[in-house]
Amino acid sequence: MSVLIDADTRVLVQGITGHQGTVHTRNMKAFGAQVVAGATPGKGGQEVEGVPVFNSVDDAVRKTGANATCIFVPAPFAKDAFLEAVDAGIRLAVIVTEHIPFHDMLVMYHYGRSKDARIIGPNCPGIAAPGKSKVGIIPNVVFRPGRVGVVSRSGTLTYEIVNGIKERGLGQSTCLGLGGDPVVGTSFVDALPWFEKDPDTDLIVLVGEIGGTAEEDAAEYLGRHVSKPVVAYITGHSAPPGKRMGHAGAIIARGKGTADSKVRALESAGAHVAKFPYEIPALVEQYLPRPSGR
Amino acid sequence: MVKLAEWRGKEIFRKYGVALPKGTVVRAPSEVADALRTAGVALPCVVKAQVLAGGRGKGGAVRFAATVAEAEEATKAILALEFKGEKVHEVLLEEKLAIGRELYVSLTLDRSRRLPLAMASAQGGVEIESVDESAITRVWVDPFPGLVGYEKRRLVAAFGLTGALARSAETLLGQLWRIFDEEDAELVEINPLAVVGDRVVALDAKVIIEDDASFRHPEYSDVRDDRTPLEEIAREKEIAFVQLDGNIGVIANGAGLTMATLDVLAEFGGRPGVFLDLGGTDDPKKVTEAFLLMAQAKPAAVFLNIFGGVTRCDTVAKGLVEAMTQVPPESKFPLVARIRGNNEAEGRAILQAAGVTSLTDLKESVQAVISAAGGRA
Repeated sequence: MSVLIDADTRVLVQGITGHQGTVHTRNMKAFGAQVVAGATPGKGGQEVEGVPVFNSVDDAVRKTGANATCIFVPAPFAKDAFLEAVDAGIRLAVIVTEHIPFHDMLVMYHYGRSKDARIIGPNCPGIAAPGKSKVGIIPNVVFRPGRVGVVSRSGTLTYEIVNGIKERGLGQSTCLGLGGDPVVGTSFVDALPWFEKDPDTDLIVLVGEIGGTAEEDAAEYLGRHVSKPVVAYITGHSAPPGKRMGHAGAIIARGKGTADSKVRALESAGAHVAKFPYEIPALVEQYLPRPSGR
Repeated sequence: MVKLAEWRGKEIFRKYGVALPKGTVVRAPSEVADALRTAGVALPCVVKAQVLAGGRGKGGAVRFAATVAEAEEATKAILALEFKGEKVHEVLLEEKLAIGRELYVSLTLDRSRRLPLAMASAQGGVEIESVDESAITRVWVDPFPGLVGYEKRRLVAAFGLTGALARSAETLLGQLWRIFDEEDAELVEINPLAVVGDRVVALDAKVIIEDDASFRHPEYSDVRDDRTPLEEIAREKEIAFVQLDGNIGVIANGAGLTMATLDVLAEFGGRPGVFLDLGGTDDPKKVTEAFLLMAQAKPAAVFLNIFGGVTRCDTVAKGLVEAMTQVPPESKFPLVARIRGNNEAEGRAILQAAGVTSLTDLKESVQAVISAAGGRA
């Protein structure tokens, strides 16, 4: 088992004919994902990295049985791309696209929810389950199959942390990047139950950042419903209020969303909070339950 | 974040039919007499500095004038102000209405619930953060039907209005919802919303348009925001660039990694001066642009922290060495680099050959850049 995806996941790539779509189709295939179709309006009949391209998602789903999509479509068209995927029956969408207006995301999120479709992202690196599949752009080289689950609002920082876990001789069950936007399809609170239930995950690493209250919400959930050990890390301690720190969602607004508030909440919920990113692998090793008789 | 000054927010309000005091915008005292006459603004009038910072009333940025001469005088004084670091470019002259109660209303985004949030209170004219929770009514709006009748009535009940005034407030709420939705706003706030006779009138306007929706709103492309000149250039080049108080520049890839780097730097006594996130790019042109921008911020030293996941470290290193040759000699800065990930050994060799301090340990790198910048704060 892993979270959200497994070796049987049949991946569609929307925007496969663009530079990013093509590169990451290649990388997903190299990771072992079954990329079965691409969709770009007007480019049906082509092949990209050996994957057939269709004009519409509906066509792609009917002919290939795709059941998850990875969206690289530019921001002005991302809403349309997602709605097309949902209406074609797809129930898992990883949206890599950056700069989607949150008003569009509100419509996407609530429409998706009404059809039981799950969004990961937008502006996110996606999901990877080493040895099984990957939907998104997390670099293949940082992984090694193992029992640590990682859930994060960051991209590159997550890669570095996952890589650190690997260099410590440990591995990951599933790594899930939620994205740095103010409105995300999946928050920590949505994702934690999946990791808690996943029999392949023994410890959860949570990487948060300033802005919003997703980490405080997560802390409240952790305290009540999560039995597995949690190692957490929060970025943005030195960020001044009112400045957007790279991610659209990383902003301390009207006194809300500070790193201190998040660290306090997570610590009081029993999470082991690292002060520096390079401390995470050692904490993981320290709190990872030892296999008994396995 | 496209923060609109009051007069600009009120232009939008007018377009959607929101009741406003009669007003006019001037940029020089000599324009005052004509502007008042043309707009039909009666005296006495209110003279308001068009700045983004709050607290204008207490800060001398709002004055009253009983005659044209007084209005000219007030305009002159306000245009000479630097209000909380902001220069005043425009002055709004408005008729002084006989106002009754002052109310509060806003629409914003609730990130946790992923819903627009409408807030109403009978206690307007003060900062909403200082109003007791029990005096604020909140309604979370489903984006599909939008703000509907019973929700408007619930908000109006918070104002304590009845009869014609209640109907006027319901109409206003409908207009605000349309502004929030159609103009891609992050925030639409009226504080105070004033009772004037049998209707409610927006005395102030705070509107923030979402940056990411700017492709739908070219009409706001000329808005002066509270960015520094360098931040403005960075925005045009689509580089995430934030100026801070310190003297050490940080270039990293990814917002989280850049923030984490600043944190470690600050924790060890360094003072971060610039946040520059390269994002997912390994385009040498973009790297060069980022470097030149950093040079303009005149950092005492720069720390480059890159994790090469998809991108290769040697490609990044080559781009860097090339970029450094383009920094003018008078703007050169000491550089400490930490490059990890794909092909990191090759990347490090290229940097070392070019004379760049290149380390792998984050703590060690941070200490090296702090000492290159002249030591701890």
